[in-house]
Amino acid sequence: MGFENLDKILEEHNLTKSEYERIVEILGREPNITELGVFSVMWSEHCSYKSSRIHLKKLPTKGKRVVQGPGENAGVVDIGDGYVAVFKIESHNHPSFIEPYQGAATGVGGILRDIFTMGARPVAVMDSLRFGSLEKPLNRQIFKGVVAGISGYGNSVGVPTVGGETCFDDSFTYNPLVNVFCLGITKKDKVFYARAKHVGAKVFYAGAKTGRDGIHGATMASAEFDDSLEEKRPNVQVGDPFKEKLLIEACLEAMDKGVVSSIQDMGAAGLTSSSVEMADRGGKGIEIDVSKVPQREEGMTPYEILLSESQERMLIVAEPGRENELKKIFNKWDLDIVEIGQITDSGKFVVREKEKIVAEIPVSSLTSSAPKYDRPYLNIVKSREKEIDNNDYIGKFSIEKIINGFLDDPNIGKKNWVFEQYDHMVQTNTVVYPGRGAAVIRIKGTDKFLTMTVDGNPDYVYLNPYEGTKRIVAESYLNISVTGAEPVGATNCLNFGNPEKPEIMGEFKYAVEGMGDASKFFEIPITGGNVSFYNETNGAAIKPTPVYGLVGIVEGEDNIITSNFKDEGDLIYLVGNLKPDFSGSFYLKKYYKRVEGVLKKTPLEIVKKVGTFLRENVKLIKAANDVSQGGVFVSLLDFITDRFGYFLQIPEVFSPELFLFGETAGMVIVSISSENQYNFEKKLREFSLDFRKIGAVVSESIKIEMLNKIIYVSSLKSFIKRYENAIPKRMEV
Amino acid sequence: MKAKITVKLKDIVLDPQGNTILHSLNEMGYEKITKVRQGKVFFVELEETSKEKARALLKEIAHKVLSNPVIETYEVEIIG
Amino acid sequence: MKFGVVVFPGSNCDYDTYHVLNNVMGVPTSFIWHKDTVLSDYDLIVLPGGFSYGDYLRSGAIARFSPVMNAVKEYSEKGGLVLGICNGFQVLLESGLLKGAMLRNRNLHFICKHVYIKVRNINTPFTNALKEGQVLRIPIAHADGNYFASEEDLKNIGANNQIVFQYSDNNGKINDSVNPNGSLLNIAAIINENGNVLGMMPHPERASEKILGSTDGKYIFKSIINYLKNRR
Repeated sequence: MGFENLDKILEEHNLTKSEYERIVEILGREPNITELGVFSVMWSEHCSYKSSRIHLKKLPTKGKRVVQGPGENAGVVDIGDGYVAVFKIESHNHPSFIEPYQGAATGVGGILRDIFTMGARPVAVMDSLRFGSLEKPLNRQIFKGVVAGISGYGNSVGVPTVGGETCFDDSFTYNPLVNVFCLGITKKDKVFYARAKHVGAKVFYAGAKTGRDGIHGATMASAEFDDSLEEKRPNVQVGDPFKEKLLIEACLEAMDKGVVSSIQDMGAAGLTSSSVEMADRGGKGIEIDVSKVPQREEGMTPYEILLSESQERMLIVAEPGRENELKKIFNKWDLDIVEIGQITDSGKFVVREKEKIVAEIPVSSLTSSAPKYDRPYLNIVKSREKEIDNNDYIGKFSIEKIINGFLDDPNIGKKNWVFEQYDHMVQTNTVVYPGRGAAVIRIKGTDKFLTMTVDGNPDYVYLNPYEGTKRIVAESYLNISVTGAEPVGATNCLNFGNPEKPEIMGEFKYAVEGMGDASKFFEIPITGGNVSFYNETNGAAIKPTPVYGLVGIVEGEDNIITSNFKDEGDLIYLVGNLKPDFSGSFYLKKYYKRVEGVLKKTPLEIVKKVGTFLRENVKLIKAANDVSQGGVFVSLLDFITDRFGYFLQIPEVFSPELFLFGETAGMVIVSISSENQYNFEKKLREFSLDFRKIGAVVSESIKIEMLNKIIYVSSLKSFIKRYENAIPKRMEV
Repeated sequence: MKAKITVKLKDIVLDPQGNTILHSLNEMGYEKITKVRQGKVFFVELEETSKEKARALLKEIAHKVLSNPVIETYEVEIIG
Repeated sequence: MKFGVVVFPGSNCDYDTYHVLNNVMGVPTSFIWHKDTVLSDYDLIVLPGGFSYGDYLRSGAIARFSPVMNAVKEYSEKGGLVLGICNGFQVLLESGLLKGAMLRNRNLHFICKHVYIKVRNINTPFTNALKEGQVLRIPIAHADGNYFASEEDLKNIGANNQIVFQYSDNNGKINDSVNPNGSLLNIAAIINENGNVLGMMPHPERASEKILGSTDGKYIFKSIINYLKNRR
C-alpha cells in the first residue's frame, strides 16, 4: 500500500512528514486513507493540544472543591449541600469568521453538550466576543451575525445568556473571537463521565443524522486562514437548536433513570474523537460499524462518516441490560437512536463497514501518546514595553470631549443591543442581569447564588504576557469579589496566533505562566478550558487573548453585593491600589492611538485583601464594582441607574485624565450609606487598605469637580442616552 | 412528483424583513430596486401521479400548515 | 384546585411556569405531555413559552397540530381557563382560539427586557386582582411578538373589550415609543370572546418573585385563583 502523492495528502491533512513516519511506526504498516484521516484529526492542534500540553501542566488544577479537573468534557466543582457546578469555555473562532451566524450558534451548541454530557442541566451561558472596529462594514456584519447566532441558538434551547464581554479592536478584523462559557448544575452523585466501563457494553449513536458538514473542522481550527476562504465554506456546520433541546431533555432523563453507563458528545472530530476518548478514558477499546450510523446524505464513505462534524449528536454506552429503556426514552423525545458498536478489551479503535475492517488503530496512540512539541519561544516583553510618563498624555483634549468619546465608543458604550437579543432570564434564576458586572444566578431549592465572569484584555497581554495575564486573573478575582462571592474555580480559553512562530509561542508560554501563578496565589483551581491557536490571517496574528472564566459562590441573598447606586447622598469611595497609570490603557489607545507603557507588577496581596474586605463587610456596602479597562470613569458607568448619577471630586494629586481614565490592578469603587462612614473607614484601616472618598450619589445628573471647579456636567438622561446609543447608532442604520 | 410552494406575506401586512433588505439594497447602490417582499419557498416531493390530485393535496397543506392565512398567501407550482 | 402546564417538544418556560404555580402560588400543578388528551382534571391549562418544534415554520404553527391542542380546544369550549404565554400565545393564535397573528418584531431582533403593560380590562378571570388602568412591569422575550389582525378583527376585539394589556410607559401612557415590537394598538395580550382564553406575550412567571426584580406577574396568577375560588 502507500499513497501515490504523499506530500499532497499530508498537506491536505495538516500532518508533517515526521508525524507520518510515526504513524507508520505505530501501525507497523502504511495507514489507509481512513486511518490517515483519523490520525490527522486526533493529532490536530485542536484535539491533541500538541503545542500547548507541556505548558498547560503549569496551571493549578487541584483544590478542596475540585471534583473533576481537566481531561473530561468539563470541570466539576463542589458548591456544597451535595451540589456541583459543571463549567467550561470553548472557542468557536474560526467557524464564526467563515459563517458568523452558524459559527456562533454551533459554538453555543457544542459547549452546552459538554455540560449536559456530564449530567448537569445547563443553567447559564456567557460569551467573550471580540471583533474588529464597527466602523468597517465587514466587522458589523460579523458582529451582527455572531450575536444573532448566539441569540438564535441559546434562546431556543432555553438556557439564559447571562453575561460576558464584547470588545472591538482591529486586530480581530479577520479573526474574530467567539468564546462561549457554559455552566450547569447537578448533584454530586449524579455526575456522568465519558469513560467506558464494561467490556461488551453496547454503544449507541443518538441525535441528528450524519452529513458531510464540517469535515476537517478540527484541522481547519488548526491552520491559518488565507484568501481561499470561499473554498472553506463547505466546512460550515449548521446548528439545530430544537434537536439540541430534545437531546438535553432525553439525555438528562436517561442519565437520571440510570440507563446510561457513559456518554460523550460528538464535537470536534465527531464520531472519531468521541469513540476514541470514551475508550481511552476507560482504558478499553471500542469497535463501531459505520454502516449503522444514520446518514443524511447518500454515498458517504467511512472516512466522511468518521470525520463529519454534524451537530447535535451523542455517543452513549448503555448500562448493560438497560438498552431498551434507553431507546424508549430517546423515542419519546422523537430522537433517532441506533446501536453502532460495543466496548472491547482490545485497547484498539476498530472501525468496520459491515464485515470489512476499515480502520484499526491503538487508542492510546491517538490520545496520550499523540505528538507533543516544545516549540521554540521568544520573550517579547523587552521589544514591546517602554516607559512612559503619564504627564505626557494630559491636557490635549477637554474632559468633556474625552467623556463623550468614551460613551460613544462601542467598547465602553452600553451593550443592551447585544444582551437584549439574548434571553437572559429564562429558567428564572438570573438575579443580576447582564451589563452590571458579574452575572449572579440563584440555585433554586437552596440559599446559594453563583456569580460568574469572563475577562480578557489583549492590550495588557500584548505588552506583557506574564504580567498582563496576572492582571486579568486579578480583575476576575475582584469581579467576583465585588458581588460578595468567594471564587471557587476557573476555566480558560487561550486565543493566540500561530504557535510555530517563536514570538507567538512566547506570548502563550508567559501568559499561561502568569495565569498559573496568579491562580495559585488566589488558590483558584483551573478545571478545564480550551486553546485556540492559529488565529491569524495572511500572517497577521490577533493580539494574544487569554480569557479567564471565574465562578464564585455566595451563601444567602443578604450577602450579595450589586453594583447599582441605591440612594441619594450615599458616599463613593475608591479602595485598594490607588495608583492609576496610562500603560496599556484604553485612554491611550483611543486618544493617542498607541498601546504602550510598562505594566506595573500586579499587587496580588492588595487584590486579595480587597476581596476579603468586601466579603467580610457586605453589610456596610451598598454597591461595588471593580476598576479595570477605561478606569474609574468606566467603572462608575455600572453604578448609574435611570434615577441616580454621581458627583465626583477629583483629588488634586491626580490630573483629571489620570484619575478618571488611568488603569490599575487592585482597585474597586464602593458606595456606602453616609451613616456608616466611620465604621467603613475604621474597617479599611484595620485591613490597612488605602482608600479615598471621591464623591456622592446624586439624583438626575453627572457632575465632576476639581479644585472647586466644575469640569464636567451633564443631565443623567442625556448622559445615558449617549451611553446607550454607541452600538445601536452603528448597527441600526 | 415535485412541487414548489411559495408563501409570502399579504400585501396589506407590514414586512419588516423585506423593508430592511430593500433599504440595504438601496444603500448599496441598487437604487432601481423599489420593492422587496420576503417569503418562503418549500420544495416538496410527493407520491402522486395525478396533477389534479397533487395540486389539491398541496393546496391543502399550504393552506392548513405551511401558511398562516391571517397574514400570508401562497402559490402552488408543480415543477416535475 | 389543580393546574396543568403543557409541554411541547421545544417548550422552555414549562418548568419556570410550573415553579411559580406550584411553589410560589402553592397550587398543585402537573405537566401535560403534548400527546395527552385528558384535561378534565385541571382548573387551568397553561401553554408556556419556548420554541415549540423549534418554531421553524412559524412560531406555534406545528404545536397547533399536537394531540393536546384538540383537547385544549374542547376544554376551552366548555369554559375551561386557558392561559397562553409567549409561544403559548402564538400557539393559540395559530390554532384559531384567538384572533390575529404574530409577525417578526419590527426591529427584526429577539427582544428580552422588562416592559410596562397597562391593563385595559379588569373584568376577566386573569385580571380581577388588578385596579382599573394599573401598570405592571413584566419582561418580554420573543422575536415574533408583533401582533397583527385584520381591520375587522381588530375592530371587534376593541369593541368587545378583548384587549387585556397594552404596552405603555411606567405611567400608563400608550404610544409608539413604548411599543417594543410594533404590535398593532400596542397589544400585549388579548382574550377570546367568551373571556376564558388569554394570550399574552409578556412572561408573568418571570416576574413573580422579589429576587427576580418584580412580583407584578403574580397579579395574573392571583386573579386566576380568586376567580376559581369564587366560582366554586
